Amino acid sequence: MSDEVAVPPVDEHARVERSGGAGSTWGGRLAAVRGLGLVGVLVVLGVVGVVTTHGRFLTGGNLVNILTSSSIVGVVTVGMTFVIIGGGIDLSVGALVALASVWATTLATQSLATSYGAWVMVFCAIAVGVGSGLFNGILIAYGRLVPFIVTLGMMVAARGLAQSISDRKTQLVTVQPINAIASGELFGIPLMVYLFAAVVAVGWIVLNRTTFGRRTFAVGGNAEAARLAGIDVRLHTALLYVVSGLCCGIAAIMIMALTTTGSSTHGDLYELDAIAAVIIGGTLLTGGRGTLVGSILGVLVFTTITNLFVLNNLPTEVQNIAKGLIIFAAVLLQRRGRASSA
Amino acid sequence: MRTRGFPPPDTDPAGAGALLSVDGLVKQFPGVRALDGVTLSVRPGEVHCLLGQNGAGKSTLIKVLSGAHTPDAGMIRWRGRPVAFPTPLAALRAGLATIYQELDLVDGLTVAENVFLGHERSRFGFSLRTKGNAEAAALLRRLGHPDIAPGRPLGTLPAAGRQIVSMARALSYDARLIVMDEPSAVLDAGEVDTLFRVVRQLTADGVAVVYISHRLDEIRQIGDRVTVLKDGRTVAAGLPARTTTTAELVRLMTGRTVEYAFGERAGPARRRELLRVNGLGRAGEFADVSFTVHSGEIVGLAGLVGSGRTEIVETVYGARRPTTGTVTVDGRRLRPGSVRAAVRAGLGLCPEERKSQGLFGEDPVYRNVSVASLARYATAGFVAPARELAAAARALTDLDVRPGDPRRPVRTLSGGNQQKVVLARWLVRGCRLLVLDEPTRGVDVGARTELYRLIRRLAADGVGVLLVSSEIPEVLGLADRVLVVADGRVVHEAPAADLTEADVLDLVLAERDTSGWQRANQGHSAVVPHDRSEEPT
Repeated sequence: MSDEVAVPPVDEHARVERSGGAGSTWGGRLAAVRGLGLVGVLVVLGVVGVVTTHGRFLTGGNLVNILTSSSIVGVVTVGMTFVIIGGGIDLSVGALVALASVWATTLATQSLATSYGAWVMVFCAIAVGVGSGLFNGILIAYGRLVPFIVTLGMMVAARGLAQSISDRKTQLVTVQPINAIASGELFGIPLMVYLFAAVVAVGWIVLNRTTFGRRTFAVGGNAEAARLAGIDVRLHTALLYVVSGLCCGIAAIMIMALTTTGSSTHGDLYELDAIAAVIIGGTLLTGGRGTLVGSILGVLVFTTITNLFVLNNLPTEVQNIAKGLIIFAAVLLQRRGRASSA
Repeated sequence: MRTRGFPPPDTDPAGAGALLSVDGLVKQFPGVRALDGVTLSVRPGEVHCLLGQNGAGKSTLIKVLSGAHTPDAGMIRWRGRPVAFPTPLAALRAGLATIYQELDLVDGLTVAENVFLGHERSRFGFSLRTKGNAEAAALLRRLGHPDIAPGRPLGTLPAAGRQIVSMARALSYDARLIVMDEPSAVLDAGEVDTLFRVVRQLTADGVAVVYISHRLDEIRQIGDRVTVLKDGRTVAAGLPARTTTTAELVRLMTGRTVEYAFGERAGPARRRELLRVNGLGRAGEFADVSFTVHSGEIVGLAGLVGSGRTEIVETVYGARRPTTGTVTVDGRRLRPGSVRAAVRAGLGLCPEERKSQGLFGEDPVYRNVSVASLARYATAGFVAPARELAAAARALTDLDVRPGDPRRPVRTLSGGNQQKVVLARWLVRGCRLLVLDEPTRGVDVGARTELYRLIRRLAADGVGVLLVSSEIPEVLGLADRVLVVADGRVVHEAPAADLTEADVLDLVLAERDTSGWQRANQGHSAVVPHDRSEEPT
């Protein structure tokens, strides 16, 4: 008995059902990624791409294109993954991206940025995201309101605030270093993609290697047990929305760079794309279980589908139908997976 | 194991003329044999009381009768014919209705809509509101409550009114037998009188009632015959309710068939005072509770479900905020209502509802162990998985958790091993005062003995233990000192050696009979299922 325990074996019972279980082998870790099925989906999509697009799909340029298109929603999805694993939901992400982009591109902010440097805009976007996230978090955790309602309110209010600040006009970014984020490249890959990768990497480490990440799983899995184990559930819940807001601020900077504008129409329906990606990535909507890698694969699947439709000149209506069907299929597969493991 | 037969008073062994007769009923859950040969015979028009301690199998029995559980063996005869109700609806349609403690009513609907929930008065799918209201009014009149308007939203009714609505619903299915699970638990004295009037009304119409209660005085008042359950078996069937003595009933409820080994007490060596609770109270739950726990000492709280014992220990632990009084650990006052303060001061809780309050079911065992002490395995917030896993594995070996694989999802473990995982959580933290609320609920006999030994060993190592249990022998066997709790007050304190099971039961029941001051406030406890028959997953 004790011999078995001293060196923890990785047997068929050791199904660590999220990535990065402590000390598992690479094989075990790979199998542990619940989004593994999504890798298969990506491969299938790739094959479809190669067959239908006459070589236009599998080019370096197109693949970089997919990654770049994924990057902004991808960053938002990282924050969403934290919130959903922690047992909540954040419907306000799209509106927060818009609000942060507008606030960071007002004449006042940009003139400050011209005098003191581009970081003023960066700081402004992130402060707006974090501040709004904190507002969400405090209402949800300390006001004991339902996350769905609070973030729904924030979604409407933040979009409205963005419209009123910008007077519904698109604000041009005149500060050059910001635009350089979108145009800059390293080894032929845009800086946007590196930024996306960096956010994912930091997110993965925080989720799987820190006490904060572990408490996120605990709070989402069983809030009452977490409270009785001495975790400050309310503070933690509030912080999850701050993380989401932070990701929205970063995404706002990226969208400002890509479009060279700040606009109240930015980030439209990001909340749905992010939630859909998290769900098909295998994260339980009820919290407590999920992977960041799965969420990112989910984003890539959606972007790849869009890419295939564009390459084949298919209408976007069909594309939306396909996305919807994929969500159904993913959730059904998850249920079967749960049933067999229960 | 018991071999002797049942006392003779039931002259109706074959069940001829009986409305309901149950014979040799067995229901097995993983690790627990909740029913192990239950016999029950109910005649038309009688009030048949079901008596037994927590864990005796009452709740499982009524769940089997109502079709919520399928029995593993045994025979149920309904109006002379063998039956097996596949669903609660089938039982209802046959005329066997059950009124649970947690009334299954919908607050947002009207009284009439609740009465006909599931078989609404309708034509072609359109509800016939007037017809439903009229029929509901007729049923309520029959129950002696024309004062409850059928159109009134259910949420505005007091507890007693809801019970009446539940009964009207049972009657709407033309019930011949109504099972009532502790109906008086949420009622005050006046409401109980009303309830009894309704019950008499029903029996006069030939409807039989199976009445479950802990309160012996009620059983004498309303009951015709009594069947006593213990450890899943019928130990006495069909005793006359009014003439059987209290002493006899208590003896039947307590005489053990399973003996537990509790291990040696560590001896009277009282060391430091660890915990001092002074004048602790919470409005509507308990009042003026004071006691101390020393290092190496096991202090037991004995009392019925709803007596306030869980509320007391959860308040000590900071999970509830006290309205009066203080909790002091090592001479320092704890911040009231803060679990974190309690945990930092060295307290640890193994909660009553292990699955919903204690475990992260999907998570592997080692994460369930480390959750309260993550900071110990982390540098600047980064968890060192190897250290965490090693510490968890050591604790699991120490407590002999089986299987000992720390990566297994904790939900796959048996009840006893899950409890050890929660214990391990506090051991790796170096906890000095353990609060154990029903530590052996859903734990089978063999594993219980092991848990008892473990708790004793921890105490011998200097850990103070505050123990709550519905099982009086468990408290008496494990604890050094016992506080008897009834109706939110500590009614007696004595060394465990000076008390017998019958003493404690007398104290608990006597207090309940005389002081009804808090009955109306037991809502919280009354909805907690308190039978050991839940699946220990």
